Amino acid sequence: METKDIITPENKVYSAPRLLNDSTMHYCPGCSHGVVHKLVAEVIDEMGLEHNAIGIAPVGCAVFAYKYIDVDWIEAAHGRAPALATAAKRLNPDRLVFTYQGDGDFAAIGTAESIHAANRGENIAIIFINNGIYGMTGGQMAPTTLEGVKTATTPYGRNVELNGYPLDISRLMAQLDGTCYVTRQSVHKPAAVRQAKKAIRKAFENSINRRGCSVVEILGTCSSGWKMTPHQANLWMEEHMKEKYPIGDLKNNVE
Amino acid sequence: MSKEVRLMKGNEAIAHAAILYGVDGYFGYPITPQSEVLETLEAEMPWNTTGMVVLQAESEVASINMVYGGAATGKAVMTSSSSPGISLMQEGISYLAASELPALIVNVMRGGPGLGTIHPSQSDYFQATRGGGHGDYHLIVLAPASVQEMADFVALGFDLAFKYRTPSMILADGVVGQMMEKVVLPEPRPRRTEQQIAEQCPWAATGHSAGRKPNVVTSLELDSALMEKNNERFQETYRLIERNEVRYEAYHTDDAEYLIVAFGSIARICLKAIEDAREKGVKVGLIRPITLWPFPYDAIREASKHVKGILVVELNAGQMIEDVRLAVADPNMKIRHFGRMGGIVPNPSEITTALNLIMTNE
Repeated sequence: METKDIITPENKVYSAPRLLNDSTMHYCPGCSHGVVHKLVAEVIDEMGLEHNAIGIAPVGCAVFAYKYIDVDWIEAAHGRAPALATAAKRLNPDRLVFTYQGDGDFAAIGTAESIHAANRGENIAIIFINNGIYGMTGGQMAPTTLEGVKTATTPYGRNVELNGYPLDISRLMAQLDGTCYVTRQSVHKPAAVRQAKKAIRKAFENSINRRGCSVVEILGTCSSGWKMTPHQANLWMEEHMKEKYPIGDLKNNVE
Repeated sequence: MSKEVRLMKGNEAIAHAAILYGVDGYFGYPITPQSEVLETLEAEMPWNTTGMVVLQAESEVASINMVYGGAATGKAVMTSSSSPGISLMQEGISYLAASELPALIVNVMRGGPGLGTIHPSQSDYFQATRGGGHGDYHLIVLAPASVQEMADFVALGFDLAFKYRTPSMILADGVVGQMMEKVVLPEPRPRRTEQQIAEQCPWAATGHSAGRKPNVVTSLELDSALMEKNNERFQETYRLIERNEVRYEAYHTDDAEYLIVAFGSIARICLKAIEDAREKGVKVGLIRPITLWPFPYDAIREASKHVKGILVVELNAGQMIEDVRLAVADPNMKIRHFGRMGGIVPNPSEITTALNLIMTNE
């Protein structure tokens, strides 16, 4: 049997998402953003929302998200994506409006916008990547950095007396009356990726069906910032981050 | 029906004019002395009539970023605030300018710096006319002197913003925002349809990309050569605006021996001082810039050729006077400033005294 005889439609088990274009990604090897981008692109395509979606890109490592996924995008100022999304959705109520934000964007500089958009029950989906570090600016402390972890701005480890406590903002989000769905997922194993995809789909459905604000937190790895190999980073995330940030639904009002 | 003459505050006129213009969205945060804009919109409930979205945001930072998000989808969106709130918005305004988005921002100025006072001022002239935030950009800045102009400049501000794809600002002072006057509101206009928005704003991230490539609205460009090109394009737009959109009013400049330059509410107080001077046989004229950017440099230079002195009257420590000096560009011309600060509005006799000073001493 020749190779060309094997490459047939009935033998196809996987292909790149149609909406994920061929631009070379700027993400580091082992970074979780690539996987989450793939999931976002797949879900939009599978829901048939290619021509009905507005994405809001953050400031941080995912600042160029708009280069990779072929839908309409708006690039926000640092932390303000939920404010942009609020207006985009209210003015275009039948569209899928989602933000894609990191921990610095969503849980530090943008905390006010995050909490108030969620508390108003804006019909938006928030994809929140928590890798516990500022990757884009060179590995500084994030609001979610765990106690004791060394970063460029906590060279002796995060000391809660100096730097305060790691912020579990999703737990806060789940307390707000305006959120309908708050979940925490990861993408470090195939089974986790499948779960994360389901969560993203649910959040996008909630935006389209105007059920309130959805937050999908995804525990990410940052091998460059953590100074680990991708494999070590996955193990470290599994061992350390899940204790402070357990995987699973924190709230689900939409069954 | 809309030829009906009504009595209202300048801030209320802004709100009514916005609904009648067919504005798609207003996002704002309360601050004195402009809260009546948001209050009037909430009371009018335009979402039931025109479909206009009105939202009280959690901060001015959120307001301007809502404006950014709405404008990026091609909608006609606006916000209003007063000086400290406008300072908070500057990052967002810079993003609007950099992303070439049309939007309207209303600043009903109060006295600063800092928390300052809730009383009227014009001390944000530099901030408004020089861009205000980071980067090389300008806003189209309109300075109303009456409640009628507050109403009229909503349409003008949006028309110019969409024509040039740049944010515009109504720079009012607390007097114009708070005083009640007669006003004739504009004829109602329907909001644009999705089809019209797609035709007028082919760049917009409407989320309805069928039949075209995805649109991305961004101010980011890491390639310096391309970023310089973007800047050159912005500057070309600004030169075009400078050529086409200068607006001002001139009173008695033909025979004037002395010239007053003033904008906004204080220009009307100057008119009273001019009337008093002319009764005494002193020929004083007035130029009232309506666009503070683009500034009427040529008109002031022309008017200055026949006068013995120029008095610039402002509710600040002397800001527009720098543009008047640039316009006149004559070191021998007597150009003096008279201003009150901290929320004090002078009466005509104080302006007369300032005029007398310029006439009697060097």
